[in-house]
Amino acid sequence: MQILQQLINGLSLGSIYALLALGYTMVYGIIKLINFAHGDVYMLGAFWGYFMINKFHMSFWPALITAMIFCAIAGVIIEFLAYRPLRDSPRIVVLITAIGVSFLLENGMSYLFSSSPRDFPQVMDVQRYHLGSVSISNIQILILLTSIILMILLQLIVKRTRMGKAMRAVSVDPEAAQLIGINVDHTISFTFALGSALAGAAGVMIGLYYNSIDPLMGMTPGIKAFVAAVLGGIGLIPGAALGGFVIGIIETVVQALGFSAFRDAAVYAILIIILIVRPAGILGKTTREKV
Amino acid sequence: MKRNLKYNLVWLLIAVVGWILINVLEGVGIIDQFAETTLVLIGINIILASGLNLIIGFSGQFSLGHAGFMALGAYAAALVTQAMPTELGLALGIIIGMILAGVVALIIGIPTLRLKGDYLAIATMGAAEIIRIILINLKITNGPAGLYGLPQLASWSTVYVLVVVTTVLTVNFIHSRNGRAVMSVREDEIAAESMGINTTKFKVAAFVFGGMTAAIGGALHATYIQTIAPNDFGIMESISILIIVVMGGIGSMTGTFAAAILLGVLDMVLQSFGALRMVLYSLALILIMVFRPKGLFGTWEFSVKRLFNRKKRAKEEV
Amino acid sequence: MSVLLEVKDLTKNFGGLAAVSNVNMHLDDNELIALIGPNGAGKTTLFNLMTGQTVPSAGSITLRTDSGVQVLNGRKPYKIADMGLARTFQNIRLFKELSVLDNVLISMTSKNKEGLVSSLFRLPAFYKTEARLVKEAMDLLKIFHMQDLADTTANNMPYGAQRRLEIVRALATKPKILFLDEPAAGMNPEETAALTATIRQIQQDFGITVLLIEHDMSLVMNVAERIYVLQYGKLLAEGTPQEIQANQAVIDAYLGGGV
Repeated sequence: MQILQQLINGLSLGSIYALLALGYTMVYGIIKLINFAHGDVYMLGAFWGYFMINKFHMSFWPALITAMIFCAIAGVIIEFLAYRPLRDSPRIVVLITAIGVSFLLENGMSYLFSSSPRDFPQVMDVQRYHLGSVSISNIQILILLTSIILMILLQLIVKRTRMGKAMRAVSVDPEAAQLIGINVDHTISFTFALGSALAGAAGVMIGLYYNSIDPLMGMTPGIKAFVAAVLGGIGLIPGAALGGFVIGIIETVVQALGFSAFRDAAVYAILIIILIVRPAGILGKTTREKV
Repeated sequence: MKRNLKYNLVWLLIAVVGWILINVLEGVGIIDQFAETTLVLIGINIILASGLNLIIGFSGQFSLGHAGFMALGAYAAALVTQAMPTELGLALGIIIGMILAGVVALIIGIPTLRLKGDYLAIATMGAAEIIRIILINLKITNGPAGLYGLPQLASWSTVYVLVVVTTVLTVNFIHSRNGRAVMSVREDEIAAESMGINTTKFKVAAFVFGGMTAAIGGALHATYIQTIAPNDFGIMESISILIIVVMGGIGSMTGTFAAAILLGVLDMVLQSFGALRMVLYSLALILIMVFRPKGLFGTWEFSVKRLFNRKKRAKEEV
Repeated sequence: MSVLLEVKDLTKNFGGLAAVSNVNMHLDDNELIALIGPNGAGKTTLFNLMTGQTVPSAGSITLRTDSGVQVLNGRKPYKIADMGLARTFQNIRLFKELSVLDNVLISMTSKNKEGLVSSLFRLPAFYKTEARLVKEAMDLLKIFHMQDLADTTANNMPYGAQRRLEIVRALATKPKILFLDEPAAGMNPEETAALTATIRQIQQDFGITVLLIEHDMSLVMNVAERIYVLQYGKLLAEGTPQEIQANQAVIDAYLGGGV
């Protein structure tokens, strides 16, 4: 039963990582960029939710949806200003720019709203349901369900819509996609919007779950989510979801075993071992270079 | 042969003149304690970044775990000098740190250097984080609080000499046969292997070399600043070293120097802006990358040899 | 003449598809041999198997060396290169951002290993060896009329020069056998003629064995002493140029196609 309990906790934490990892993986898939600022977009989402609920007395769902819209716009602007001018530069240069954007968001928010943590307004009463010795809160259920619904929606968009098809085409070969009349710039903007919207949703939900937000809150989950994306096989949407859940579960299990000091070390050790065995992640295919 | 001696002497002269210049400026008070600290930090960053440049710019392997090796050097030097607060202790601490970092780099490098690109980056980042977490949880390293009140054994002269020594050794290595083999791995691994280059060996060699120089940087950090904690050596530190390498121009040692100096001075100037400091710093970073995506110098290198040849050619033309 | 390299029942399957199946070949001392066949016949795969880039599914490759006959399959490409097999690539794989001279010097590394001490501290011996290697490299470049390009970045050279540099670079490893994968691809007739002459010359001057993949039939018939014909991964025929031109199976399968 203890294991089942950890599994539930791990899944709800993991679903947040998974939502964030999806953003990393989509952007990576389409422009091969580790979007370092992605974790900070999630922080923006949390702050948006905070102000909407506190100042405009919104309830949870409107706060969540407006945060997604706000983050989508933020993501598109970041891509347009910082990454688009560097479309033809070496990838590592764009990566450094992304790090710069991340620093700017973190420090800009600290400057504007102070760096001290603030309590996230509790828009709903916490209720715990007990099934035998397993307990689950309504917030955990909410996070899990919302994440799963968003992932299904994303999968539908990518697989069923024209824009989704364009995204897949650009990720395989941007030049060829352009030749058959796909607007590559629009497609990349759309990808950033989608990924950032998911990050915004994750930000609001984590605020609700942990009850505390601050301008640097995106750093650690951002890196963890990126690790999740790599673990699952970066560029692959199901891989990101899988990676997120795996990391969430590893963390809660290691913590439950009483090694909380080594929680992150365990995550990284498992990451390295998996990569040594499967150099392109769990679901990734190792492609051999043609001679 | 004689000509090579001449180039080397010119370089030595430049180094000595630099040292005298700083000494004089310090004597007349233009360089105060604050400026000296900035100089030392620039020097340490040069050591760290040139090692990382060897790994990223010359062997083409994307490592994001440089701070881990720096940490090993820092803790080794701190622990040794605590027990033995003399110059000899400092030397011993640096050497032990280098050996430790070299061994750890070997252990990390052999399995992970088979990975490519971002996968390698994330694996090395993970390895460095594991080092940091171990340092947090060990007794001898005093856990998360770290070690403080360390004897100040490194002066700016120590840092200066070690900057010169590591730079000379790194540049010599790059321009040797082994160095060329390292670069062939970056250019085309399959072709290199077909020309008889043991690519794994050279990748690991560059990684170990870079790790060992990072330990020197860490040791100087510990013995100059006198305080170290595991969180000084997190992902952000690895990233700030990476920023120097990329901003200077990947694969340009001259650029590494220029970027380390530029960022050091920028940091010093921005101190007076208080809370806005980091905002301005990140804006500067974005703008430099957007407007100079090849880095400050691209792959251009300052070369005494070329300078001489140009002068000679000019003379011949006259 | 005795056998230098022997290929026995060599097979490579890529997920159920046999790219090369049961190929038997032998390369003798000081021979110039051509490997021909339609596109997709498995010629490059055969090259990759012999030089170690691809690991065979079955069969063996052996090389006669000073210390007896050695098995090559299962060895890493750099070991195989060290034992005397050098190659060029069909889709040029130079060290693009490095100078022409550096491209050649890199190939000399494995036969001129250097200790760490020497590379860190410029001892006199370092400069001496460097000077000797640079001279050797320049001599090689001269054969291909490339001495003036020594300081040029490999990537900035015209296509034909890049192809020639691939050959120089392979020769710099001091091979016993040189594998040339379509060296004349993309060259005009004059360049091809010049290349043909050079290939024959280096084969004689260096006393090495050359195995050549080529589509240009005039080149092949001109220089090859012996020809292997590959089709669908299987050996179709073997013989002198005259024999191959008269071979009915070859004519039907390959030359009959309008060539």
